[in-house]
Amino acid sequence: MSKLITRRSVMAAGAAGAVGTLTTLPISMVRLAFGGTRDDFTFTYISDAHIQQIKGASFVRNWDMGLKRAVAEANLVRPESDFVMFGGDLAQLGKKDELDHGGEILSHLSPKMHCVMGEHDYYLDLGEYWSKLYGPQYYSFDHKGVHFIVLNSILTTDDWTFHRWPSAEQRMLEMAGLDNPNGSPFMVGEKQRAWLKENLAKISHETPIVVFSHSPLQKIYKGWNFWTDDAEEVQALLQPFNSVNVIYGHVHQIQYNQIGNISFNSVMATAWPWPYPQSYAQAESHLPVLTVPMNRGDPFFERDATGWQLIDVNSGRVAARYQLWDNDPRTVAFDQKQGRPVDLAFQEPTNRRPPQTHY
Amino acid sequence: MAKRMQSGALLMALVGFTTVAAGRSGAEPLGLPPVPIPADNPQTPEKIALGNKIFHDARFSGDGTVSCSTCHADEKAFTDGPRKTSRGIRGQFGTRNAPTVINSAYFHTLFWDGRASSLEDQSQNPPLNPIEMGLSSFEPFLKVVREDPAYAAAFNKVFNVSGAAITIEHVKQAIGSYERTLISGDSPFDRWYFQHDPMAISDTAKRGFEVFVGQGRCVSCHVIEQDQALFTDNRFHNIGVGINKIQADTPRLAAEFLNAKAAGASVDKAVLSDPKTSDLGRFAVTTHFDEIGAFKTSTLRNIAVTGPYMHDGSLKTLKDVVKHYNDGGKSAGDPSINPYLSGGIRPLNLSEQQMDDLVAFMETLTSPAYVNAKTKEGDAAP
Repeated sequence: MSKLITRRSVMAAGAAGAVGTLTTLPISMVRLAFGGTRDDFTFTYISDAHIQQIKGASFVRNWDMGLKRAVAEANLVRPESDFVMFGGDLAQLGKKDELDHGGEILSHLSPKMHCVMGEHDYYLDLGEYWSKLYGPQYYSFDHKGVHFIVLNSILTTDDWTFHRWPSAEQRMLEMAGLDNPNGSPFMVGEKQRAWLKENLAKISHETPIVVFSHSPLQKIYKGWNFWTDDAEEVQALLQPFNSVNVIYGHVHQIQYNQIGNISFNSVMATAWPWPYPQSYAQAESHLPVLTVPMNRGDPFFERDATGWQLIDVNSGRVAARYQLWDNDPRTVAFDQKQGRPVDLAFQEPTNRRPPQTHY
Repeated sequence: MAKRMQSGALLMALVGFTTVAAGRSGAEPLGLPPVPIPADNPQTPEKIALGNKIFHDARFSGDGTVSCSTCHADEKAFTDGPRKTSRGIRGQFGTRNAPTVINSAYFHTLFWDGRASSLEDQSQNPPLNPIEMGLSSFEPFLKVVREDPAYAAAFNKVFNVSGAAITIEHVKQAIGSYERTLISGDSPFDRWYFQHDPMAISDTAKRGFEVFVGQGRCVSCHVIEQDQALFTDNRFHNIGVGINKIQADTPRLAAEFLNAKAAGASVDKAVLSDPKTSDLGRFAVTTHFDEIGAFKTSTLRNIAVTGPYMHDGSLKTLKDVVKHYNDGGKSAGDPSINPYLSGGIRPLNLSEQQMDDLVAFMETLTSPAYVNAKTKEGDAAP
């Protein structure tokens, strides 16, 4: 359910002692734990739409519907979000037609949008067309006292990128596969790390920092490229700051972690969940080849286990409210006492809902 | 959603529903489970008779012309077919199609948007709605039942109250008790499926059943279980009816509605007086984005005699309904699909034959008592 705010979530937030207690979509001046005051605000995060061309003007209906629904619901948020992040993988195979079709759907968003590069947007033409649509692949901006940084974390070695494959199409396909021995680990790379170091040099250590990347800036599972090879080097640049938050897409599931001073939160996909359980489609589904199955809450509903999120950094740390279709909403927010993000509903094994078998 | 169903079940447990019908033999009609009876409102023959009388009493309206049975007429399978939306006091039309009362005892929530949690809760809304029965308060009707000797005697017998001690709560309980007797199974489908009588339905209908549980994807929401079939999941889904017309307006309508609701506006009055607000569906009750344009899954029992269909009565025939689903939630003549569409709705690629079979199957769901319901165009108006 995309219930934005519920009494239960407010109570849960209070009970967990987590930041971002959810009395309403907050517009107020708050006193921050690290001193000073600034405006509260919320931004919307939509990610991993994987718009996929079948042929000509025919695109995969399911992925289209996920992105359309996220955009339509994002436009209902009141007060309006300050901005929308799109977290990468707008396209499935980096095609101009896919980026155009997805861009057309995103163009209906009322708030201003910032974009992150995903590997599915990149490896056909190395981001050329995407950059025409959305501008630089790494950049920063400041908003109401928070320093936001966008990285292109899905780069890899020059050898793999430029010298390995006979065609751009094959390069794209190889990077799109899971458990693919022909793939190559993602990295931010030396050039961007140098840029990041310089960018951060101007920022006070008290300023809350939010980094957007497509792949996790931490190492989770190499076989699926839930991985950034130079994650430690990027983390080292971020550790000196008091409040650092990394938000990433790519994984199509809810993840959260704390490494030193850095909080990590993932965002959901609008297309399909990883590791994807098959939906009860009774029709060709266009899902990538299954490698590891997982139960899903309600397989009849194609949108189940996908969604979008509303995020605030009102405490200087991320509180992510997941709007999950045909499902209960979830909130992952930073717990000051424990010093790490917690899921407000699913912290204890006894609170977890067992998966359901659908006949 | 699953969580919500759990909390619904929990609520029923807390309220103390029992599954043994007081005053009944326990032998339910073929194809139906025992009727859930709330612990605080046990069935008695006198209470049922009192509820029956109130249900048919037009003094329950502002000008003495409209009773519950005006829109839920006995001879029309407790609907007002073939009307698309119901006609209330002073000739006013509401925004919603009158659902049948038959088997509503099994619903977890009442009204198309589930804004009432029980039959008792439901029964208090139409009398006060200015479009429906138009009472400004319950007092005029309570005066009637307190002073009318037959009513006074009945309330005394059933609830052991008289005079000012008779309240709307007693009225609600009596109506709820009566409505819990309007249950009906034993359809040809039930005789075929649960009693294994191969002659009960036609081969066409049997093929339609295969579509119903297979390619048509109907059974995922219109549930059939091993030993009974209510043909509803008691959930709410955006299937592209009503909402399709207001897509461009939805952000404005949703924001305006939320503001009005926050300022104290009545959901009941808002949704029945404005067709566009009505089309926001379950969202008006819960304010969940996920339920914009979503309405309760109807039971399919007696569906062939309870048209027209959908919350707004916009689909005239069962074939129209099947075509709507087959087109993946597109409205006839409108190529757009609303972005809030349920993830369970997609094009079905059914052939004309399969669609006709499906209609034939649904026609086997009529109980013997309602085969001759007068709900078609040309049937005599009440």
